[in-house]
Amino acid sequence: MKKRQRAGFYFILPWLIGLIVFTAFPMLAAAYISLTDWDIVGNAKFIGLDNFKNVFRSEEFIKSLWVTFRYAILAVPLIIATSLTMAVMVSKNYKGMRIFRVIYYMPAIVSGVAVAIVFKWILDPSYGLINGVLSFFHIKGPDWLYDPDWVLPSYLIMAMWGAGGSLLTYLAALKDIPQDLYDAAMIDGANTWKKVKYITIPLMTPIIFYNLVLGIIAAFRKFTDAYVLGGAGKEGNFYMVYLYEEAFSHYRMGYATALAWILFAIILLLTIIVNWTKKYWVYSE
Amino acid sequence: MSWGKRKKTGKHLGRGRLTALYVVLVLGSVMMLLPFVWMVSTSFKVENDIFSIPIKWLPQKITFENYIKALRVVPIAKNMLNTVIIAVPKILGEVFVSALVAFGFARFAFKGRNILFMILLATMMLPYEVTMIPTFMIWSHLGLSDSYVPLVLPAFCGSASFIFFMRMYFETIPKDYEEAAWLDGAKNLKVFYMIFIPMAKPALVTISLWSFMGTWNDLLGQLIYIDSQHKYTVQLALASFSSMTGETLWGPLMAASCMALIPIIALLLYAQKYFMEGIKLGGIKG
Repeated sequence: MKKRQRAGFYFILPWLIGLIVFTAFPMLAAAYISLTDWDIVGNAKFIGLDNFKNVFRSEEFIKSLWVTFRYAILAVPLIIATSLTMAVMVSKNYKGMRIFRVIYYMPAIVSGVAVAIVFKWILDPSYGLINGVLSFFHIKGPDWLYDPDWVLPSYLIMAMWGAGGSLLTYLAALKDIPQDLYDAAMIDGANTWKKVKYITIPLMTPIIFYNLVLGIIAAFRKFTDAYVLGGAGKEGNFYMVYLYEEAFSHYRMGYATALAWILFAIILLLTIIVNWTKKYWVYSE
Repeated sequence: MSWGKRKKTGKHLGRGRLTALYVVLVLGSVMMLLPFVWMVSTSFKVENDIFSIPIKWLPQKITFENYIKALRVVPIAKNMLNTVIIAVPKILGEVFVSALVAFGFARFAFKGRNILFMILLATMMLPYEVTMIPTFMIWSHLGLSDSYVPLVLPAFCGSASFIFFMRMYFETIPKDYEEAAWLDGAKNLKVFYMIFIPMAKPALVTISLWSFMGTWNDLLGQLIYIDSQHKYTVQLALASFSSMTGETLWGPLMAASCMALIPIIALLLYAQKYFMEGIKLGGIKG
């Protein structure tokens, strides 16, 4: 039996090595690098907390944080509401629902640069699809990514389009709601809306909570779309794009690492706050 | 619990409301598919049709000019091959090692197992951004920064979310299955190979797909490590093509995007069962 126990340790060894080499050591290094002035080529110069002080004094940092924060606060609830609605609609086993599930889920699979480019074209102010359709109704569409005020809505449109990413988690949770509850409600004469409000939504709160946490993290880590699309007036300069530029275009490794720690702290703090609100709205048995 | 039960209640939805549901679903699907239709349509249009007011839904005259122009700048087949060269060893390592580690966590009560598993969960929360720069420094000091090694090698230490997922799956396998084999004196690795791997096939296919999608769609990681143009992946080639051309070359850009998306959409349609089955295993995302 002792031997078998030791064997288990050998099985997890690859992961343990990875933990030390690719997580623990880089984290220690990141702690040190964030306290230095380092442009890769030369030696790192220890400067204490100067990077952090400079970050908070930087207008670009404030701006990119504000862009990211505003996006997160609007996109996360929008995505949750959209994908939850989709899930409720396609959850029943009517004819053709499998096809709808695949269609709604597809944008989550085909993310990446190609999709960002397609959206840039769709949002084109003069010849794009959206403004083209609007002009049929004699509405002059905005300049989207070329107008600072319309950059955020542009990103929200894209986010809504990709909302089906969490569809599968909601479908799994919907499947687990006992049918008896709906049957009992029906006998009591509840209509569809009441059933959704008093049965479906409360029982879905644990999975909504899970997707809320993941959604916040994903919003703060948004990179690919923002890197490709940009946006007028630096309104598309999301936090990760800013961090990437500082590290790999300006080679300010110490400063960028400080940015990474601040991002980590923000995500951690938000997760703790959301977790604290759990007791007020998440259903538990 | 089962889909079957649900079917019964379906009959309670009246005819009018069922029609309304379908109308909404079809409208939603149109919204979802429109970007793809627009992309394909644009890629076959001549320039005059692309830059036309009012917009033209379909090409008036079908042309392959955009594809020819795109291929002249973006060697998409080579870029795809490069992505596959990264993806194949990465999937093999990530899936196999994650399963191995999950087996260790699921079936052996070694010392410190619970604490180590807690650490594993914690690393799932840890942002990649913090370790990104130091890891880059390490690879570039080793002279491996403009290569695929930094993108592939870490996969052979497993992935925390895949380990978590596979452990969950292994724990649903009754212990009786392997008990007999163990009593017969089979080696641990043999039990893993002969019993756990075959039984976990659907789960392994699911995480392989996640791993592949992750590699195919990853921009940041590839952007950091790959500099040489002949090593460009699909994502890098598209990103550089898009920043190079500015706003004028929508036709070739759509042709390139189209070519980059076809394999992925084909894979989704072909393996949709495995993507959708993924939820039954617990519904976590890769």
